[in-house]
Amino acid sequence: MSAIELHEASKAFGSTPVLERVDLDVPERSITAVLGASGSGKTTLLRLIAGFEALDGGTLTVGGRVVDDGARSVPAQHRGVGYVPQEGALFPHLTVRGNVGFGLSRGERGRVSDLLDLVGLGELARRYPHQLSGGQQQRVALARALAIGPAVVLLDEPFSALDASLRSELRRDVARILSETATTTVLVTHDQGEALAMADQIALLNDGTVIAAGAPRRLYQDPPGLAAAASIGEFNLLAAQVDGATARTALGEISIVGPGASAGPGDDGLGGSCQVMLRPEQLELRLVAGSADTAAEVLEVQYLGHDALARLRVRGDGTPVLLARIPGELSLEPGQSVWIAVTGAGRAWPATAAS
Amino acid sequence: MATLSPPRTAAWMTRRRRPAREIGLLVVAGIIALALLSPLALVALDAHSAGWGEIHRTLFRARSVMLLRHTVVLAAIVAVAAALLGTGTAWLTERAALPARRLWTVLLVLPVAVPDFVVSYAWHSFAPRIPSLLGASIVMTLGTYPLVYLPVAAALRRADPSMEEAAHSLGVGRWATLRRVTLPLVRTAIIGGCVLVVLTVISEFGAFEILGYQTFTTEIFTEFQFDARAAGSLAIPLVLLGLAVLLAEGLLPGRTVAGSAPRRAVRPVRLRRMTVPAMAGLGALVVLAVGVPVGTIVYWMAAAQQTTLPAAATLTSATLTTLSYSAAGAAAAVVLALPVALISLRRSTVPRTVLERSTYLTKALPGVVIALSLVFFATRYAFGLYETSTLLVVAYVILNFPLALVCVKASVAHVPPRLTDVGRSLGRGPVAVFVRVTLPLLAPGLLAGFCLVFLTAVTELTATLVLAPIGVQTLATQFWAFQQNIAYSAAAPYALVMLALAVIPGTLLGLWFDRERSTRA
Repeated sequence: MSAIELHEASKAFGSTPVLERVDLDVPERSITAVLGASGSGKTTLLRLIAGFEALDGGTLTVGGRVVDDGARSVPAQHRGVGYVPQEGALFPHLTVRGNVGFGLSRGERGRVSDLLDLVGLGELARRYPHQLSGGQQQRVALARALAIGPAVVLLDEPFSALDASLRSELRRDVARILSETATTTVLVTHDQGEALAMADQIALLNDGTVIAAGAPRRLYQDPPGLAAAASIGEFNLLAAQVDGATARTALGEISIVGPGASAGPGDDGLGGSCQVMLRPEQLELRLVAGSADTAAEVLEVQYLGHDALARLRVRGDGTPVLLARIPGELSLEPGQSVWIAVTGAGRAWPATAAS
Repeated sequence: MATLSPPRTAAWMTRRRRPAREIGLLVVAGIIALALLSPLALVALDAHSAGWGEIHRTLFRARSVMLLRHTVVLAAIVAVAAALLGTGTAWLTERAALPARRLWTVLLVLPVAVPDFVVSYAWHSFAPRIPSLLGASIVMTLGTYPLVYLPVAAALRRADPSMEEAAHSLGVGRWATLRRVTLPLVRTAIIGGCVLVVLTVISEFGAFEILGYQTFTTEIFTEFQFDARAAGSLAIPLVLLGLAVLLAEGLLPGRTVAGSAPRRAVRPVRLRRMTVPAMAGLGALVVLAVGVPVGTIVYWMAAAQQTTLPAAATLTSATLTTLSYSAAGAAAAVVLALPVALISLRRSTVPRTVLERSTYLTKALPGVVIALSLVFFATRYAFGLYETSTLLVVAYVILNFPLALVCVKASVAHVPPRLTDVGRSLGRGPVAVFVRVTLPLLAPGLLAGFCLVFLTAVTELTATLVLAPIGVQTLATQFWAFQQNIAYSAAAPYALVMLALAVIPGTLLGLWFDRERSTRA
């Protein structure tokens, strides 16, 4: 069953549309990440679910109950939706204990200690927010949201203000706490790594619409469209001529899958031109020519430690610059010649649909 | 979808578009703004009822030209002097390696708590022959330079020192940096301070009366005792002057200092050989502005014969009256400022902007004009209010509303909407969120607003003289009565109690201001 269902949800501020006919299902006890650039409407989406804003059209269902039908809405305080805003937004005049107990009645305050233990801050109950580090503040904010036993917890870019090392540690902790408490979670982020690492489901938000939703692995390997492919990870795009299950590209013959693969010759009499998407790790670089390899020139190498991204140009060809992920220990110099071999199948779309 | 059975609909559903609460707040704030602006309408009504002939007779004569010249010349002198003093002292306390810096930041603000008419009483009782323009310039400059010091010091503290460092790295020297980087950064603050200075000079009465410097305010007072209608028409140029100053400020291009908070401490400029002269200058300033009045009061009290000191009972009753009027005015001003400040929490809309701007218009209304308009209102439409303490408290509220609003608005910034959002998402209704989140966070600002209005009301003379009920004396009016009869010794204790009453709220205010600056910075 879905914990949250958005159906054709629309929202505009004045004459500026922010969300347009958004459909989204959030399964129970899962983490759904809403991934989008800033200005894509993801915070608005969260505020609509929390009840701080009301829909202009469409319906929103939380826990099987319609809480907003575009004309009437349930106020935030009656939704039972936990909310962790950016940078925590702890009440500065209350201690950690006071913050976590804010939504509890007097009789329930005993649970505060358990909640603080859950987030690993049992000793800091008497501290005030300004005496906590950024990561500790986020933990308190999470405990505060979990205190009311919410049907859903919403996290709005919860780790964006933290430095990288702290971020990955807190990310793991939060994921553990959420799965221990079997909490349905919607996480809003612009960080692809965060979405891929934490989420059971990723919804890609682009210009106010959900362009794709699905499991992280499927979205990365088998994106439904070019925009979806571009929203997650690096990619290469090659013009190609389809011939059955293979396509002729600047990198030679590549086996392909996806909607472009069926656009065989004869459909329109022009021959099936399509676009083929390859992830950088599908380009394998060799220093010695093999049988079916394509010669290319190294333009530059971006060293990332565990691996590196090489930018390449196919020799004697005007094709766009290609990206290849190479092992970190492989040292390449700009101008050097390499040979490209393609592994796995490319993802193909008809040329018109992809442009 | 239509064929499916509709999902269970929650019982809590409320119809909405614009929440009724928000409209209610807007209406309340609108009524408050209208009430605050009513003196403007009343001045116009007053002038209208006096008739064109009367206005013509009072305003279009050589004497008016003299009064106007006096007002403008003095305002210009004081504005320039206060800008120099205020900016210079602010630079010294914020950018220079000044010994005992924190002590200076407190001492330099103290003159605000000393009413100008007490300062001029001090100077006049020692040097009765001082030329009136010189005396008025000195007294007003000493009393108003903190109005420039405070905003400029705040702007300097907020300004990122890395901009000055960038200038140095580009090979620009210290003085050129001051001129080309630092001063432009605080220009808006200097102009804002000068506007307050000019408005203060325009509306001052007591100090000028003592020094024999004639302006529109002293003229209004003289006329008021004989011919209330003539006084009403004299208010017109005063109001126009005030509005012109506000308008000029609004037309000047405002630039706010880039908000990036400096995380690093400023490396202060070492004064070296200039340290001693700088300290001496600051010391002289504080002595002239605070030491001389306090010393004079003490001198006259010591010189007094036992008989000329007022009976303790009179002093006590005047103190209690002052306390109750000022506290009532301060509380009312803060309570009324709250809805207007809360409006600024909402998303920016046209009604919000109009409201905020209009409440600031009262800044342009001198106390004497507000008092006269209330007298006109009471005698015409509500005689039951005439000569009651209510009318005086109303005057305090109208006069000091902008002060209360500044403080309350500053603390509203401590309650970002996301905090109240979180409160609601935790299952608390709007009332509970207001009581448990909004109010505790606003409290310091409300207290600061109360202190500021209270302090100003305790030392208010002009409106109090006009509106105090017959037979009731406040500290200021009793001081004034004795002072006018050259009973300097009898007047002194009243001035002393006034200063004492102003000290506690003044200190609280200083603490709040310091906190506000450091949390913002």
